[in-house]
Amino acid sequence: MVQKSKSIIVALVSRFMVPFIQLFAMYVIAHGHYSPGGGFQGGALLGASILLLRLTVGEQPSNLVFHTKYGTQISGFGVFIYAAVGVAAIIGGGLYLDYASLPIAGIEPAKLRSIGILLVEIGVGIGVMATMIAIFDDLARGHFHD
Amino acid sequence: MIWQIELIIYLLLIASAILALKVKDLLASVVALSVYSFGSAFLFAVLGAVDVGFTEAVVGAGITGVLFLAALYHTTRKSRD
Repeated sequence: MVQKSKSIIVALVSRFMVPFIQLFAMYVIAHGHYSPGGGFQGGALLGASILLLRLTVGEQPSNLVFHTKYGTQISGFGVFIYAAVGVAAIIGGGLYLDYASLPIAGIEPAKLRSIGILLVEIGVGIGVMATMIAIFDDLARGHFHD
Repeated sequence: MIWQIELIIYLLLIASAILALKVKDLLASVVALSVYSFGSAFLFAVLGAVDVGFTEAVVGAGITGVLFLAALYHTTRKSRD
């Protein structure tokens, strides 16, 4: 039975830690193209922070942060961002995911590649986060006891 | 790199892997497996593969431990073999 922790220390410390975990995850996603890390690691960290809330404060309060019923939709949205960047490069006249030909006017190709890889990292991060949470919610369905 | 650190990490890996196989309580087995993942993440970082070590620390020690716990609630806690 997945039930929230009875200890107030565990609940308070995890609630204190979750914003810092999420801030570090966004740092990892934003700096993924020139330091260790990237969309997958940052998304997994975001998912782990939500799973920490699910395990410590219970299902109902953590639904305020990330609702159980939106897991699959948000992961699909992350994949959509990834695919949309690739298709936008096709529309701009290049190959799939060829960031240099993204249809944004007035930016030189090197800067455009940096922006394109950042958009793809954000899409991967959203997709991985929502997929991790959706797997946990499907495994724990019917076993929550608040 | 300092070879003593690598030797300590290798011994920790072997000990936690044997513990995860031998212990009867499945919850303790999951915790030992998380220790194994974290030790291998240390080892990857020491060997120079920081990106692989980061992924191993996040996924192996964080996510799969929680997923194994959630799967454990569908079964019994003690192994019977």
